[in-house]
Amino acid sequence: MMYYQLLGPEITVAVLGLLVLAGSLLLPSHGKNALGYLTTIGLAAVLLAVILNFSREAIFFAGVYQIDMYANFFRLLFLSAALLIMLMSSRYTGLFGERKSEWFSFMLFATLGMMIMVAAGDLIMVYVGLELMTISFYILTAYLLNDRWSAEAGLKYLLIGAMSSAVLLFGMSLIYACSGSTVFTEIYQALLAGSERPALLAGIVMMMAGLGFKISVVPFHMWTPDIYQGAPTPVTAYLAVASKAAGFAVLVRILLIAFPPTSLDWKLILAVLAALTIIIGNLTALPQTNVKRMLAYSSIAQAGYILVGLVAANTYGLKGVLFYAMTYVFANVAAFAVTAVVEVAEGNAELESFNGLGRRAPMPAAVMTICLLSLAGIPPMAGFAGKLYLFSGAIQGGYLWLAFIGLLMSMISVYYYLHVAKAMYIGISSREDRVLLPVPVRIALWICLLGTILMGVYPGPLSELTELAVQLFSAV
Amino acid sequence: MIMNMDSLVFLIISAFTIASALGVVLSRNIIHSALALILTFLGVAMNFFDLGASFLGLVQILVYAGAISVLIIFAIMLVMKPDSAATNPPTPSRDTHFIGGLLAWLVMIGVGMAIGLTRWPAMASEPAEADAVGTLATLLLGNYVVAFEAAAILLLLAAVGAIILAKGDENP
Repeated sequence: MMYYQLLGPEITVAVLGLLVLAGSLLLPSHGKNALGYLTTIGLAAVLLAVILNFSREAIFFAGVYQIDMYANFFRLLFLSAALLIMLMSSRYTGLFGERKSEWFSFMLFATLGMMIMVAAGDLIMVYVGLELMTISFYILTAYLLNDRWSAEAGLKYLLIGAMSSAVLLFGMSLIYACSGSTVFTEIYQALLAGSERPALLAGIVMMMAGLGFKISVVPFHMWTPDIYQGAPTPVTAYLAVASKAAGFAVLVRILLIAFPPTSLDWKLILAVLAALTIIIGNLTALPQTNVKRMLAYSSIAQAGYILVGLVAANTYGLKGVLFYAMTYVFANVAAFAVTAVVEVAEGNAELESFNGLGRRAPMPAAVMTICLLSLAGIPPMAGFAGKLYLFSGAIQGGYLWLAFIGLLMSMISVYYYLHVAKAMYIGISSREDRVLLPVPVRIALWICLLGTILMGVYPGPLSELTELAVQLFSAV
Repeated sequence: MIMNMDSLVFLIISAFTIASALGVVLSRNIIHSALALILTFLGVAMNFFDLGASFLGLVQILVYAGAISVLIIFAIMLVMKPDSAATNPPTPSRDTHFIGGLLAWLVMIGVGMAIGLTRWPAMASEPAEADAVGTLATLLLGNYVVAFEAAAILLLLAAVGAIILAKGDENP
């Protein structure tokens, strides 16, 4: 007996996306605003359904598709991120003109791709989900058609994304050749008996490189700044929080479920990459003058912190990966939401545009400051609790040096995060008018603020959720 | 290694495919690139036939060598400038060519050595069913139905996205 209703979230999101697409063709232009509401309400309903069915698990199609608490945790993450981004982009979508309504459907399809990725128990499923997500993002990145930077970002993302997909596929094909199966559990069984196989090592390394592009780990990070800066800000936010989380989710599942520990010592490789990612991400973020670009480099550094948890690969570390990914959603969406507000008001996201924001828009400025401090890992914000899990996991796993680098670089990162706060509160602006703040953006900012503070002060519930989600790996 | 008939056929097909793929990349005339791409698709199709997957080979010829390359050539003709050299300007830097080529060679040698050094598990039996269209259909609409449907949505959204990006802004 298969519980097909557990596939309901995927089916609902797909149908919703198709409905919105059809609606954008059929509805008159003044009726198209309804599509935004439809998308938001639909996402909220699916989110509710996932929460209610959180602990129900099922394996579909002989292991090809797995709805477990791990997948549910990430579905929760993507849906909340998508919902927050729908709210924050209520005014920004005005820049898209007539193409606004299709934008919603691309966002929905990107979400669908991520949901498929995290539930995939098979290499082919992973690839299809990944392509669904990535191709949506190619289009979304280039969505500001009049903007030269957006077009350039779209083209760059297309070329680099296609190449990373090719590397990923080549890796997957080698893994298939060595194991004779694409289903994770069967790969594990087949490799358990096998002897030393260089082709398998090449396969795993190429697959890690392909996924490394998606999560922008050094040395596969060079696309991040240009694309984050050029893309429309809500898209950048979604790319930074959700696409990255999806990449991590897949990487963790494949490395821990599909490969026996004997097949390759990937922990050491990832430990070195994590250290490099943290160092390079933080140091290059220091001199940036464009806030979107600064947040792009900061997101590289954040990917490095999350990678620390995977390197540790113990309960603490894995809990940290999930916990941090969730806190990162709220803090980062808030930072990008405020950036989008400034961008709509001032026309760009340079640091000077943030000058005097503390007086012109006190609420967003305060939220931005708190969320940036959370990204830096200052207690009592959520980012601190997340880093505590990640680094204690690393110490437990014997990677004291990695935890040390992480702590040191977190301290350095406070500088560039506070740089924005300084501009907002001390910087002098020629304009004194209040910045317009629509109600949905206000709601999104409040949710992010509450989330960031609550998860930091009272991390218990989220910690329990992550505990349930990573149970999957304790059996291995 | 004993050179038998099978590996000779494979070598010829592969050499043909790689040569035409190089033609796609290296040709200065974009129409020539597109034509070389058709040859590449045909080479891949021949590889499928060689492996005994004649259904996939046919699909490869019908869809890729047939439909997609015609579309590509149409697209090129629609956006081409009168002078074909101006449509495909050469990249100015030779250094990047060199570094790119070097990296590609390194990856190729590395992966090639890894594959060459591996002792592959012996095939249990001849994969006779690989060609049966029925098996493929059962897989696509059975265990892989989610991937199948997701791929359908993927094609739809790629088409819509391409139209949106190509059409451009209504009031530039």
